[in-house]
Amino acid sequence: MSDRAIRVRDLRVRLDGNLIVGGVALEVARGEWVTVIGPNGAGKSTALRAIGGLLPFTGTVELDGTPVDRLPRRERAKTIATVSQSPTVPPGMRVLDYALLGRTPYIPPLGRESAADLAAVDEVLESLDVARFAGRRLETLSGGERQRVFLARALAQGAGILLLDEPTSALDIGHQQEVLELIDRLRAERSLTVLTTMHDLTTAGEYADRMVLLAEGVVVAAGTAREVLTEENLAKHYRVRVRVIEGDHGPLVVPVRG
Amino acid sequence: MTKADVARPAGLRAGWLAGGVVAVLVALIAGLAFGSVSLPPAGVAAELLNLLPGVHLHSGLTDREVAILTELRLPRVVLGLLVGGLLALAGAAYQGVFRNPLADPHLLGVAAGAGLGVTAVISLRTGAIGDATANLPIGVPVAAFAGALGAVALTWLLGAAGGRDRSPATLILAGVAVSSFLAAGQTYLMQQHVETLREVYSWLLGRLATAGWHDVLIVLPYAVVTAVIVLAQRREFDVLTVGDEEATGLGLHPQRSRYLLIVAASLGTAAAVSVSGLIGFVGIIVPHTMRLLAGPSYRSILPLSVLFGGAFLALADLLARTAGGQAEIPIGVVTAFFGAPFFIVVLRRSRGAS
Repeated sequence: MSDRAIRVRDLRVRLDGNLIVGGVALEVARGEWVTVIGPNGAGKSTALRAIGGLLPFTGTVELDGTPVDRLPRRERAKTIATVSQSPTVPPGMRVLDYALLGRTPYIPPLGRESAADLAAVDEVLESLDVARFAGRRLETLSGGERQRVFLARALAQGAGILLLDEPTSALDIGHQQEVLELIDRLRAERSLTVLTTMHDLTTAGEYADRMVLLAEGVVVAAGTAREVLTEENLAKHYRVRVRVIEGDHGPLVVPVRG
Repeated sequence: MTKADVARPAGLRAGWLAGGVVAVLVALIAGLAFGSVSLPPAGVAAELLNLLPGVHLHSGLTDREVAILTELRLPRVVLGLLVGGLLALAGAAYQGVFRNPLADPHLLGVAAGAGLGVTAVISLRTGAIGDATANLPIGVPVAAFAGALGAVALTWLLGAAGGRDRSPATLILAGVAVSSFLAAGQTYLMQQHVETLREVYSWLLGRLATAGWHDVLIVLPYAVVTAVIVLAQRREFDVLTVGDEEATGLGLHPQRSRYLLIVAASLGTAAAVSVSGLIGFVGIIVPHTMRLLAGPSYRSILPLSVLFGGAFLALADLLARTAGGQAEIPIGVVTAFFGAPFFIVVLRRSRGAS
């Protein structure tokens, strides 16, 4: 087994003929949390979806040492779980049934959920503190509660690698912190590898072990938050004037009026 | 919802299954008992049981009444159950694979495609003129299937031209355009072959009128294939509700499932259209009623649509036979009478949701 959970080399993705990701390389060690940042249109989400095997790409994406395009779909779904930026909420579906969708790769074709699948989902719902919503319809939950249910579905896949596209974009700052703390706790408890995209730079820096800055489809900076979140980097790639202040858990990025 | 229900995954509940079976039995007995000659329902039930091997009950019916029952009415009621079940199942399947609450074999143009196929073989064949399916037991369903697949492909392509953010109505508009186009082709064929006009027209309005078992035997193999393929994938339908990309992430092959299920649903529609003509709205009334009553999971909608769809059409046929006095009302007229207002309700609900 490789100690690299994710290894990406020369990743290129075209959408409708446009080159969105133009040769990205990145690595995520087992158990590590890496956050991809970058201005709108930098290709963060696209790169993440390609790594999850959800978009066609050229280049190499290896998950636990195996090229993602060589994994059968069901095996891939047991290896890597993606929570997209705004997951579809199927009308009328209950939280329990939604989380059980995560067990799809374990259910044989023509089969149904086994007791083991139900137990796995119960455990996940309990651990995310959403078990009391099991019988509620998903659309009746608040944003923060929903985000935890989306996570529950991903965790139910039993995958060691979690891809999260903007996991906090729909949440207020209180719930942002709550969800990120939760992800960090789950990462420790379940030894998960986390690769996420985020917009809020300060928060991103506080939780990530390492960061990757994308601009126009390529990696322009990578390293610790202190190395990536510099005034020069942000001025150059976000075209913004910021003050970077030393905080307790990493740099605090404060935009200032130009 | 009870507490025990919460812990169980969505699926077909025993109570609903029993309800569906009861609905089928009620429709069966009512369809057999009522008509130009009324028979006592208890006697009808006894005669039905007598059809089972090893059962000999005294029904109190005369030989003539037994003949009406088993030779005239039973094939027709069974055909109604099969066609209704197929149309409702196909409608539910289209709604699932297109993720579109308005999808229905007729609104997608599938039935019109099948209709054009059937009209073409009836019009262009040489030889005896008479009952379509009696003379062409293989040709009619095959032509219907070819027409159905062509139509659904056309609707899909036209609907997709609207881009990714198209609304559910876009696909239906495409279906309406395709239907009109195919209906025009059908009218042209009919005009060019006036000698078959009567035959085509009587079939076109929707009918379950032909006596005898041959229509049942024609539709049965297709019904079995369609039902097995669609029902076997009922869990996939639920996974598809999260959209193609997320379904892919969960290990599915959404596009492959979609092709297979569209072919299966179109096969079922084609078989139903071959024997019964154009009977509209069953595919939209029944699945939506099941969704409202038994919940949004396709694991219950699909099997319940078969049972309640069959019961619905058998009862609609009873109404068609009896409500008009001497003349029979075409069954397509009866289903449209109930279906069109229902469609407006579904349309309003789906607009409210999006």
